[in-house]
Amino acid sequence: MEVNSAAMIGAGLAAIGAGMAALGVGNVFGSFLQGALRNPAAADSQQGRLFIGFAAAELLGLLSFLIAILLYLKAA
Amino acid sequence: MAGESGKIDPMHQFQIEPLAKLDLFGYDISFTNSSLFMMVVLVAIWAFMAGGMKRELVPGRWQMAVEGVTGFINNLMSANVGPEGKRYVPLVFSLFIFILMANFIGMMPFGIVPGVHPFTVTSHLTVTAVLAVLSFGTVLMVGFWRHGFHFFSLFVPHGTPWWLLWLIPPIELFSFLIRPFSLALRLFVAMTAGHVLMKVLAGFVISGLNAEAMWVAPIVAIPSFMLMIAITLLELLVCAIQAYVFALLTSLYINDAVNLH
Repeated sequence: MEVNSAAMIGAGLAAIGAGMAALGVGNVFGSFLQGALRNPAAADSQQGRLFIGFAAAELLGLLSFLIAILLYLKAA
Repeated sequence: MAGESGKIDPMHQFQIEPLAKLDLFGYDISFTNSSLFMMVVLVAIWAFMAGGMKRELVPGRWQMAVEGVTGFINNLMSANVGPEGKRYVPLVFSLFIFILMANFIGMMPFGIVPGVHPFTVTSHLTVTAVLAVLSFGTVLMVGFWRHGFHFFSLFVPHGTPWWLLWLIPPIELFSFLIRPFSLALRLFVAMTAGHVLMKVLAGFVISGLNAEAMWVAPIVAIPSFMLMIAITLLELLVCAIQAYVFALLTSLYINDAVNLH
């Protein structure tokens, strides 16, 4: 296989990671809402932790995007 | 861009073009569009702050806005670091408002003026890496200055069983050393990804309107344009969240350096 086509396929595969990170980010916010609706009084104090979890989940998805872009620019 | 090649290059917006060539001892220190937009960001911050620092007894709207932002960072630091956190408010506030303004100004539609391209300063790894090094370097200096070599106890959390002492410190060290990279990469990739997405959608709109077949414009171009409006709003949210996450993580890292754990 040509290196460029392999890189393009790799970029497409790496983009799956961004979708997986979407699951993670959705899980973070969904779980926060579940907890917050059960005990709304405690919700505000946990917002910092919400965003730490969001940042950690998002970072890994962004890394897969980065790999996808690197492979794409290599092929293009 | 669209006319000559018929294809829209979504990466062209990140190109750095020198506006005035400068040379210092063989190093290229040209004044580029990136430097120009950093100046624009600084002027915007200065205008925003100067309008609200009149110290009136009964604050007006503008002063309330400025006090809201400073109070936000103040609360963040005292909640995460404690009373010691007050000393680091200027640093975290500067990082926060610079990132926030740079992200927002990069999203502004300056492109409607012909020949003007908005440039997102934070969409370049070099810029975000310097910001991350500022944050990480502060943590290192504060940690070693306050605790000396006792700072290394950061890598052995409380309650580590003795038979895990060979495993936990390397993991903690690794997660400590990865911090500047994660700070810089998160901001850079989030901004880059958002702008690429916007340009790809804009490409759909433009080539849909220019298409030969008449059915393409209403089916492709107009829904893409509606989607672009929604994505722009989402990107504005992401701009604010990224600035907040940067400030929040910096405050947590400073907490590690000040209080150990």
